[in-house]
Amino acid sequence: MSDSVQIQTDERIGAESFGAKLMKRPELGAVAGLVLVLVFFLITADRSMFTLAGVINFMTPAAQLGILAIGASLLMIGGEFDLSIGSMVAFSGLFFAAATVTMGLPLIVAIPLTFVFSAAVGAVNGAIVIRSGLPSFIVTLAFLFILRGLSLVGLKLATGGSTQLRGVRDVVETDWLAPVFSGDAFTGVFAMLARNGLIETFKSGAPKVPGLPVEILWFAALALVATYVLLRTPAGNWIFASGGDANAASNSGVPVKAVKISLFMLTACCAALVAIITVMDAGSTDARRGFQKEFEAIIASVIGGCLLTGGYGSAIGAFFGAIIFGMVVIGLTYTGIDQDWFQVFLGGMLLLAVLFNNAIRKRVTGER
Amino acid sequence: MTHPIIHMQDIKKHFGNVIALNGVTFDVTAGECHCLLGDNGAGKSTFIKTMSGVHKPTSGEILFEGKPLSFSSPRDAMEAGIATVFQDLAMIPLMSVTRNFFMGREPTKGRGLAKRFDLNAANDICMEEMRKMGINLRAPDQAVGTLSGGERQTVAIARAVYFGAKVLILDEPTSALGVRQTSNVLSTIARVRAQGVGVVFISHNVRHAMAVGDRFTVLNRGQTLGTARKGEITSAELQDLMAGGQELATLDTSLGDTI
Ligand SMILES: Nc1ncnc2c1ncn2[C@@H]1O[C@H](COP(=O)(O)OP(=O)(O)O)[C@@H](O)[C@H]1O
Ligand SMILES: [Mg+2]
Repeated sequence: MSDSVQIQTDERIGAESFGAKLMKRPELGAVAGLVLVLVFFLITADRSMFTLAGVINFMTPAAQLGILAIGASLLMIGGEFDLSIGSMVAFSGLFFAAATVTMGLPLIVAIPLTFVFSAAVGAVNGAIVIRSGLPSFIVTLAFLFILRGLSLVGLKLATGGSTQLRGVRDVVETDWLAPVFSGDAFTGVFAMLARNGLIETFKSGAPKVPGLPVEILWFAALALVATYVLLRTPAGNWIFASGGDANAASNSGVPVKAVKISLFMLTACCAALVAIITVMDAGSTDARRGFQKEFEAIIASVIGGCLLTGGYGSAIGAFFGAIIFGMVVIGLTYTGIDQDWFQVFLGGMLLLAVLFNNAIRKRVTGER
Repeated sequence: MTHPIIHMQDIKKHFGNVIALNGVTFDVTAGECHCLLGDNGAGKSTFIKTMSGVHKPTSGEILFEGKPLSFSSPRDAMEAGIATVFQDLAMIPLMSVTRNFFMGREPTKGRGLAKRFDLNAANDICMEEMRKMGINLRAPDQAVGTLSGGERQTVAIARAVYFGAKVLILDEPTSALGVRQTSNVLSTIARVRAQGVGVVFISHNVRHAMAVGDRFTVLNRGQTLGTARKGEITSAELQDLMAGGQELATLDTSLGDTI
């Protein structure tokens, strides 16, 4: 069947070069950016940045941001924004801490409950956007403040006046589910590698890096699942279609409203996952948790190739975008460069990415 | 006469204080091509959108295979076997031809969690259907945005033909097409009709309508001016009706047969 098609191809159609095929990948910019940043730090940074300990050191914040960025990128491909992700981290962090500390629930109950609660808030966000037809930018901006404020008020209620809720570590430490959401994975493997001298150790013989922080595993797994869903399932096609042209998608039978509301719920759940991981890690939660993460997540998504106008982008791009982000934030401390250059660096990357994405979009749509 | 597949009774549609449709009755039976004619703004697109689940009529009744039915979304209409080529084509420029072709109706393989979009099958079907319409695609993953207007229109038509199990609605499908593509579309309409599908064909062009139509309904300012069978009406009379009667008669002499 494909043979007969090939024979019949039009003589005006030249074979597509490998380069042209590559240009069609939305994550191309992110990969190029990653190489650029990598080269930059290989030249300027202290060698210790690229030891195992150094890599884990920048991959951990990258993973925490990346989990948010993957949710944000799916939502952005679906044609919407969520500026309340950062506040959502604080809000679901509060809910989670209250569930474990104040109510004393075991993780097996507290964690699903936190996800359900966050998804419900995401659904409210989405339903308002869909029902009102207002831009999600403005609706979720309202929620940025509402959720942050509620987190503050809620914390004070839960603690009797403090803006920090402590004691999470004490109550979850012994919970059998804790290792899935906190601490390091593969500690056995790392210990074995250390014994055989394959990774760096302290004088005592214990490995300098005791294991792989679980958030890195969550981050990688989420990136893979999101990429699979986007590219290989009907739901993925619906996400692209809803963001590309909601009216055309709806007329073609795509349940656009359900798709968009689900995406809002998903981003809220990503925020909840980050909240659970970081609250368990810190042992406490406070009202500043997730501060400005919404911007960082959107920046990582855009660096990853998502168009602000929707309908185009990739989850794997957001994965690389988050790693770039983590490398820049942490990497500067390994160089002699003043750390305050960080924001300049970031703004510059964002600008470059947007210009690049715009050029790609014109290429893909054949616009001139 | 066979029962109509879909019967629209006295359909009214208001947008705020704009009366787009003011009581339109229309039906289509299996294996016929019913042409809907009318000037710009007559309400043709609005009418077929009520037929394909996009708009809910303000009043009026829709009978599908004899039973009253109310589509709450385009998806409902599609599941009932109605496929539409909208005037704006409902295509997404950033997405590939295949992804557009199957948008909302993706073929899957596997079960449960392993259920996935069968892209290979989708690509093959899409290339094949496009070839039937006389277009060789460069690649099924080519973005629709890079296609010409005519090619885009052809993808939309091929898609509707592929999914239009019972009723196929075409809203001015030939407006961006060249001579060869137009005759391809007209012969596709004839082929689909022969398979027992009911075709609703909207056109500005009386010659195109006359070439494939079995019945002709003229819409003017949201109302039907009447329905005629093939042979009961000449193209000149249809032309006159479309323009609302008199005006065209005076034009006729100066323009000759340019229209
Ligand atoms: N969504 C809408 N809101 C308000 N008015 C509309 C809408 N859709 C169509 N109309 C009006 O209804 C009338 C009929 O439009 P349309 O059905 O597109 O005509 P046609 O397809 O016959 O050219 C026009 O006057 C148009 O302005
Ligand atoms: Mg129209």
